[in-house]
Amino acid sequence: MNMNRRALLGLLAAGGVASVAASGTQAAQTVNTSAKIVILGAGAAGMALANRLNTRLNGADITIIDGRPRHLYQPGFTLIAAGLKPADYSVSSNDTWLPRGVNFINAFASEIDPESKLLRIAGQEDVAYDYLIVAPGLKLDWDKIEGFSLDMVGENGIGAVYAGPEYAAKTWTAMDKFTDEGGVALFTRPATGMKCAGAPLKYTFLTDDYARRKGNRGKVEMTYAAHNNGLFGVPIVNEKVRMLFEDRGVDVHHNHVMKAIDPVKKLATFETPEGDTELPYDFTNVIPPQRAPDVILNSALPWADKWVGQGWVEVDQYTLRHNRYPEIFACGDVAGVPKGKTAASVKWQVPVVEEQLIAQIQGQESDARYNGYTSCPLITKIGRAMLVEFDYNNNLVPSFPGVIAPLEELWISWLMKEVALKATYNAMLRGRA
Amino acid sequence: MKELTLSTLFAVFEEIFGKGLFWAMVAVAALVTVGYIYVLVRDRAVSWKKFLLAQMAMPFGAVGAVVFVQHMTHSSLSDLGGPVDVIVLAMIAIVGAIGAAILVYTVQGLFSRRAV
Repeated sequence: MNMNRRALLGLLAAGGVASVAASGTQAAQTVNTSAKIVILGAGAAGMALANRLNTRLNGADITIIDGRPRHLYQPGFTLIAAGLKPADYSVSSNDTWLPRGVNFINAFASEIDPESKLLRIAGQEDVAYDYLIVAPGLKLDWDKIEGFSLDMVGENGIGAVYAGPEYAAKTWTAMDKFTDEGGVALFTRPATGMKCAGAPLKYTFLTDDYARRKGNRGKVEMTYAAHNNGLFGVPIVNEKVRMLFEDRGVDVHHNHVMKAIDPVKKLATFETPEGDTELPYDFTNVIPPQRAPDVILNSALPWADKWVGQGWVEVDQYTLRHNRYPEIFACGDVAGVPKGKTAASVKWQVPVVEEQLIAQIQGQESDARYNGYTSCPLITKIGRAMLVEFDYNNNLVPSFPGVIAPLEELWISWLMKEVALKATYNAMLRGRA
Repeated sequence: MKELTLSTLFAVFEEIFGKGLFWAMVAVAALVTVGYIYVLVRDRAVSWKKFLLAQMAMPFGAVGAVVFVQHMTHSSLSDLGGPVDVIVLAMIAIVGAIGAAILVYTVQGLFSRRAV
């Protein structure tokens, strides 16, 4: 009988905690408005904002514009390229996430006219807006790697994890073969702003791990060509990665930026301060320069004096509001802020854009700020990762201080990447996380 | 993790298992718990005989839970990298052990007529 009473008390206590926690989430109030809001891009940022604004705003006319036929969970590409998940792990239909009541135009915008507040779409009527959120992601500029084309991926030791889930799967075919046979593995990163600067490092670690698991590490030479003097933008993380590369036996070439590839001779050409130089490879993961999509690059929205030629949108780095067009916000990869081209950044940026926009609609001010938060579960082998989180000031900002050490290779961080990350991402798309 | 509330957790678990499976699992866990409480109330005492068998199921539950998690996440014991990993492993094992014990006790209680 005692145990029974204790169990019942436990249940009651659990119920109490649940009701307290649930009541804490009902803070946001619905706002009435007839504003026309256009979201350019149905990726992580666009889709999450469509859902959140649709919930928060009553009567708003919300339109989301994107020509891509499907939604891609990009953080999954690394796992696909490591043979741990199939290509369709990252693929879903836009319809899965689109909220009811939001107009979806499945086409690419060709021009933004911020003066007359219009978007042009080829072959369709112009779309007018009161408020515009630009979240079209970025463009991988494959043409900037001379001699490379995407149809080479998967053959002759050429990989391209960033190119999409199918290409990530082909990259796995090439990496699997390479770690069977041995040779020189060459890893690079571009000198432009890029999606998840940790991803090139992760793939280096994963290739090393596979070579070791297969007992072929002795036949493999690992080379990492960094675009500058470091390996990672955050000094304390950079130092840790340097130590890990030393431990794993990865040779580093600094100030090397890939510009061309010769798939016949298996040579890659790099720009360096001393002039062009070549490095050999038997396996490589090509990562091209990255920039804003043409519709942004050719508009009046980018910074004129920063990231010249890359086209990132000129926004205040804390409010994500455009500096010259206050009714425009940028979110996700395309935002011209010093950090944060990751899904984790999007998760932090989305509530800021939401609060800022809603306050603006109400004629109020919001104190919501984006602090540059970015997170990278930096995989160091299959089964271990470092949960690196940092902000604009290069400070580490661990979510679980004292529990999950950011600079330790841990199983729990791997579990998060493998199990919880996609689920959290999906919940974010629905506006629930 | 920002705003880690219970509703966020539910949203995340729904995405991990799918809405149907997650709530079905919650329902099964709740049913077993209710069954357990029912057996305790009905018998008005803990049956030490049943409890002994339930205890014997605990190591199997513990190992089963750990093997299941490792299989699902492509990892192994050699991936444990720090104290928190050992704690996580222990928690998974404990949950598996307690779950197995409650399940075995309840099944015995519901399907054996005499409560001694």
